Amino acid sequence: MNRFTAQHILGIYSLSPDEITFILDTAESLKDILERPIKKVPPLRGKTVVHLFFEPSTRTRLSFELAAKRLSADTVSISANTSSVLKGETLIDTARNIEAMRPDVIVMRHPQTGTPHLITKYVKSAVINAGDGINEHPSQALLDVFTVRQHLGHIDKLKIAILGDIIHSRVAHSDILAFTKMGAEVVVSGPATMLPSRQSEVLGAKVVLKMEDALEYADVIIALRIQKERQGQSLIPSLREYGLFFGLSPDKVRLAKSGALIMHPGPINRGVEMAPEVADGPYSVILDQVTNGVAIRMALLSLLLTKGS
Amino acid sequence: MDFIGDLLIKDGTIAAVGESIEVPQHTMAFDLKGKWLVPGLLDMHVHLREPGEEYKETIESGTAAAIAGGFKAVACMPNTQPVNDSAGITRFILEKARSSDRAKVYPIAAVTLGQRGEQLTEFGDLLSAGAIAFSDDGLPVKNAAVMRKALEYALNFDALIISHSEELDLSKGGAMNEGLVSTILGLKGIPAAAEEIAVFRDIALAEWTGGRLHIAHLSTKGSVEIVRQAKNRGVRVTAETAPHYFSLTEEAVFDYNTFAKMSPPLRTEEDRLAIIQGLKDGTIDVIATDHAPHSVIEKECEFQMAANGIIGLETAVPLSLNLVRNGFISASQMIRCMSISPSRILGLPEGSLKCGNSADICIIDPKAIFTLTRESLHSLSYNSPFLGKDLQGRAVLTLIDGRPVFDPTGILSLSKIN
Repeated sequence: MNRFTAQHILGIYSLSPDEITFILDTAESLKDILERPIKKVPPLRGKTVVHLFFEPSTRTRLSFELAAKRLSADTVSISANTSSVLKGETLIDTARNIEAMRPDVIVMRHPQTGTPHLITKYVKSAVINAGDGINEHPSQALLDVFTVRQHLGHIDKLKIAILGDIIHSRVAHSDILAFTKMGAEVVVSGPATMLPSRQSEVLGAKVVLKMEDALEYADVIIALRIQKERQGQSLIPSLREYGLFFGLSPDKVRLAKSGALIMHPGPINRGVEMAPEVADGPYSVILDQVTNGVAIRMALLSLLLTKGS
Repeated sequence: MDFIGDLLIKDGTIAAVGESIEVPQHTMAFDLKGKWLVPGLLDMHVHLREPGEEYKETIESGTAAAIAGGFKAVACMPNTQPVNDSAGITRFILEKARSSDRAKVYPIAAVTLGQRGEQLTEFGDLLSAGAIAFSDDGLPVKNAAVMRKALEYALNFDALIISHSEELDLSKGGAMNEGLVSTILGLKGIPAAAEEIAVFRDIALAEWTGGRLHIAHLSTKGSVEIVRQAKNRGVRVTAETAPHYFSLTEEAVFDYNTFAKMSPPLRTEEDRLAIIQGLKDGTIDVIATDHAPHSVIEKECEFQMAANGIIGLETAVPLSLNLVRNGFISASQMIRCMSISPSRILGLPEGSLKCGNSADICIIDPKAIFTLTRESLHSLSYNSPFLGKDLQGRAVLTLIDGRPVFDPTGILSLSKIN
């Protein structure tokens, strides 16, 4: 019985701990489909998922598409450079037109904050936020929590260190919300230009300037991608400097608990936010995150589309 | 001055004010028991959008909204298309206002040509054509040397420079106040410092040059304190705030409500209370609306792309009355901030109920409750965060030169002829 009541997945902000657990449990039950020789089951036959991507994406988009296909849904993909956006159509009109073709779910990524929330007012389909501006990336956070639970058995009382551009990262926002909602202690650190100003706490996470304070006794270390495309804004003097002072080196990893999980949402800038030997080290679960991403997205699609059944 | 009494209007001017006036023969008499009779209100900061954006507002619709809100006059900002930076455009605005024949309109001309922040406009010619003050509102005068020259050159004409105080490099890309709520909503914030640095800069320039400066739309606690200290030092500076800055906080942005997006942005509760304190102790001289009409095209869209600004002419009286009802300011303080203070700052003679003044009068029913709806608004636009809300207190009669220009409840039909 599907007791999931959320209509859309817009952000972790609006999900309860119970709902998060339910999504994780659902993903758990769907995960082994991915390991079968015939990787397809029928629950979403006849359902249509539209992937509406206004920003480049490899991982997230492929992950959502595979998730939909594994569950036998029909999928269509639209990216900004092939859509009528170039002809000057407004986002609301684009959404209304897609709605007129009766899809069941719209998975949307957009460079501006609040856009998936905006289109829910104009469409009847369920909307999944696949990343909006610097706001949220809920499916990434769910797969991160899922990966940690898979390896460590629980989330409660763990110390999670998140390093990098906290304020401009939708992954950081959703991760902080998800891990704190599940009872973990989250500490974030990075260059002060990438942390919220004048706040010792952000969304429930502790903000520290010294990376060592974040790493000490950490059970999990999540390094965020330095967005090279943002460097025009001079948040840091150079990638080289970032690598030297803020990158996750083997030395820094040793400050954390031994066996602490190493995570990264990808794509990695090797040698900038993470040393290659850390990314490829024994406690790196970065590729598990990618595999689990498909399971989490299968869970989201099936929970939204099989309501009441 | 606040008492219960009578007022006599003769030939469009105030003929007598007193506790009890005998009604002369052949005179219409109105019983306004329970209502407030106040000087016609003056809003020194509105955007009428004409010429150029008549789909948002016209001089005709904007002045209709003004009289419906109790305002007998408005001063309109120059950021039209084209910008009001030449005498011809100033004269066009005045001509339109005359033919609309509603609220009086005082055009504010641009400080710099095209509001580009480079070359000063012809202050003398613009003043001769009827401009009342100078501002690049909507944008700051980015270059401090240009602002300095404007304040200096204005000395020759005793003209007023109105500052839209914003440090553009700091506010760039921001969509709301920077703080807890911007973090929760994932929107890039605009720090209070972006306003305060600019307020401080322009005050320093006014102090240095001796020029006359008015700071538009104060929104932060720090700005109030900077103005307070400047006034204590004797700097020729005055300041205004808008009703939304003492009525709402950044929390109104939740759910990405574009009707709560404006520049400067809605701030925190601490700022809101400091703005009220500034009104109370006289640091802030004026309540002006920054009436900024926008259509659905600019507002029904992605939050970051939405235009800044909300309409305010038809909500200013009830929102300001909230301050009186809650005991923050007195009724006469409120009326002063909306009549005599802006009049004096703009160098206008009117603004009080003295004998011999033209009978520009507003009758307010402080108890009347109404729901703000699209249909109830006279403005062409309805971009207000108060839409659908119940508001208390409104203008029920507006007179200009003794002539009724707004009388929705038909008070005039209830007159008795003596």
